[in-house]
Amino acid sequence: MRAILILLTMLWLALPAFAVNPDEMLSDPALEARARTISEGLRCLVCQNESIDDSDADLAHEIRVLVRERLKAGDTDDQVRQYLVARYGEFVLLKPVFAWHTLILWIAAPGTLIIGGVVLIVASRRRRRALAAPAGELSPEEQRALAELRGDQA
Amino acid sequence: MGIELGHFALILATAIAAVSAVAGFVAWRTSERVTLMLRQGAVLQLLLVAAAFAALIQAFVTSDFSLKLAYDNSHSLQPLLFKITSVWGNHEGSMVLWVMILVGMGAAVALFGRNLPRELMTLVLSVQSTLVAAFGGFTIFTSNPFLRLDPAPLEGQGLNPILQDIGLAIHPPLLYTGYVGFSICFSFAVAALISGRIDAAWARWVRPWALLSWCFLTLGIAMGSYWAYYELGWGGWWFWDPVENASFMPWLAGTALLHSALVMEKRNALKIWTIFLSIITFSLSLLGTFMVRSGVLTSVHSFAVDPTRGLVILALLAVFIGGAFTLFAFRASALRVGGLFAPISREGALILNNLFLATAAAAVLVGTLYPLLLEALTGKTISVGAPFFSLTFGSVMAPLLIVLPFGPFLAWKRGDLVAVTQRLAGAAGATIFVTILIFALSGASISLAPLGLLLGFWVAFGAVAELVDRAGFFRMAPSQSLRRLTGLPRSAFSTAIAHFGLGISVIGIVAASAWSLELITTMEPGTTKTIGDYTLHFSGITDTSAENYSAEMGNFTISKPGEADRRMTPERRVYTASGTPTTEAAIETYGFGQLYLQLGEKSADGSQVVRAWYKPYVTLIWLGAIVMAFAGFLSLTDRRLRVGVPKRAAVKPAPAE
Repeated sequence: MRAILILLTMLWLALPAFAVNPDEMLSDPALEARARTISEGLRCLVCQNESIDDSDADLAHEIRVLVRERLKAGDTDDQVRQYLVARYGEFVLLKPVFAWHTLILWIAAPGTLIIGGVVLIVASRRRRRALAAPAGELSPEEQRALAELRGDQA
Repeated sequence: MGIELGHFALILATAIAAVSAVAGFVAWRTSERVTLMLRQGAVLQLLLVAAAFAALIQAFVTSDFSLKLAYDNSHSLQPLLFKITSVWGNHEGSMVLWVMILVGMGAAVALFGRNLPRELMTLVLSVQSTLVAAFGGFTIFTSNPFLRLDPAPLEGQGLNPILQDIGLAIHPPLLYTGYVGFSICFSFAVAALISGRIDAAWARWVRPWALLSWCFLTLGIAMGSYWAYYELGWGGWWFWDPVENASFMPWLAGTALLHSALVMEKRNALKIWTIFLSIITFSLSLLGTFMVRSGVLTSVHSFAVDPTRGLVILALLAVFIGGAFTLFAFRASALRVGGLFAPISREGALILNNLFLATAAAAVLVGTLYPLLLEALTGKTISVGAPFFSLTFGSVMAPLLIVLPFGPFLAWKRGDLVAVTQRLAGAAGATIFVTILIFALSGASISLAPLGLLLGFWVAFGAVAELVDRAGFFRMAPSQSLRRLTGLPRSAFSTAIAHFGLGISVIGIVAASAWSLELITTMEPGTTKTIGDYTLHFSGITDTSAENYSAEMGNFTISKPGEADRRMTPERRVYTASGTPTTEAAIETYGFGQLYLQLGEKSADGSQVVRAWYKPYVTLIWLGAIVMAFAGFLSLTDRRLRVGVPKRAAVKPAPAE
């Protein structure tokens, strides 16, 4: 699989094509705008983290044309995406679906925020209790440090 | 001969580092002479690695293709600047640069850290030397830049055309200085954990290093972003590419570190967290190095792909990060919790800042690594791209930006939120007024953009309001306020300026994303098209060439009402050495906005595909970053940050009465 990808990448380097071309674009501006929005969320499979909208690769060109064909055939945006996922796999979506295998990915940020927030609230409660409590006696170590400081200043 | 001397110098530096590390860890408690040895060793390491680096530069400049690295990455026709930058435009050479900055940081501690307690200095240099020994060894054994070819080829392969740019001269050195600078914070943290001594003074010593690294990292990331913007040719400036994320995560953690170290220095609180952040920031830098260098990610930036190296770096990563965190787990509980404070206080605000920044870093980290882990564990391949990051990162940053202006207004220990809100009322009013004004004037459609703009102006005006408030404008005579303003410590200015810079960047990001205009069209010579207020006149394609490439150049004249006509010449280039075709965009700056032109395919009938974008206020994105870095440097010049100064002031005898 990887070898094929590398080969495809090399082919792509050898044959320069270009990102969205005027001849690909639909005459209906509303449909074209939808096509662009969908394209921004689709990965050019042979490139490195580029959307098909930005990519010069031939495959990206094919998918761009495909998206527009599906739209012209009357598909909704979601149907177009589903069609492409069925054809190329989930890898084609730059924004992963929310499912069991992506659960950790999606809950990582809110989870960190919530856990961090809870930890902070607990710590703050504990600090408030410490603030309310009368100041304790100095430990022997602190008293020694204090004596040392006083000795220095005298 | 020079090559072999350079090779020897690198080996010697690594050996000195290894000896320093062992000696330091054995005798840090007892021996004064070991401290002296480590300090001299640190300076020697720098001189030797610099000599090794100089040997490489000399070979590249003189096009000595008996050096394999020069053969692989340079070409005799390249301009001098690109011959030099070719040294680090590849894996081996960039590792030498990496190690050189690592030893540079160690030498800086040895030379300028005279006020450091002897034990702390010894331990810091020991940890730093361990890093040098490990990464020096890695360079020598798995990525030796000094290999020779016999017989020497007559001509080199040339540098990757995408890298033949002034960006390569600036971006990696800045970025590496930032990345690797955090190694000093790491070394300080590990030293503190080993010695068990950590206090406000520790934070005072660490903060300048964190600040310096942060400034360089900020500039490095901004430069990288601008480079990608003008080089990759579709007008994007941030792609959430794994390699970009790799540099962005240490930046987020480093920003958190700057703020938590402030709490530790001023209030002796957040010690454990600050130590943790110091370790995590450099760990993320190492992770970034691993991701870029190992080829584990295939991305536009990875010009080196070799999995065996990846395994060695992964092992080094495990040893350093794992070791530091093990030490942390055992020793952190020994650190005493310091200063007390109420939740609504400057400390509380800075903790909130840290919570959000840490969450943002976690979001980026998980988003970057998750697809790799999922594929390794289940074989499923998914993509995590810009739409995911924009959503998660954006929703973490928005609340942070909302609360940001409150922070600097709150008092230490116990703040008054109501009073602060009153003092920020002016800034809030100005924010809403300006945002509405912009929308009324531009007639733009209502979308998410107003929310983003509100945030940007809120942060920027909040920063101005802080200075205005502290100087007492509107409360006393202007002359008196001015005097107070000039009397404010530089750290107050740097806080306000840095936050102002952030606001500027946010405004740029929102405006450039929301109001970008795009024109994709076919033009015949002699025709005219318009994009916004700009009229493009295309007069045809001419052939041109330079030392190392030949090109087709599109000739455009841009007219805009009220402005003189300007000429723009985007190019399609073919580099002689590699035969690689590239496109070179043309960019013209109008005010804070930019017009961006790129050539597409040429048809047989002479018509030309042209892509044009107008990006309003796009330059604010990078200007904001420069303002932030400037604020950081300004803060570094603050007298109170200078190591040891407060100490001397404290022992100054009181004036006689």
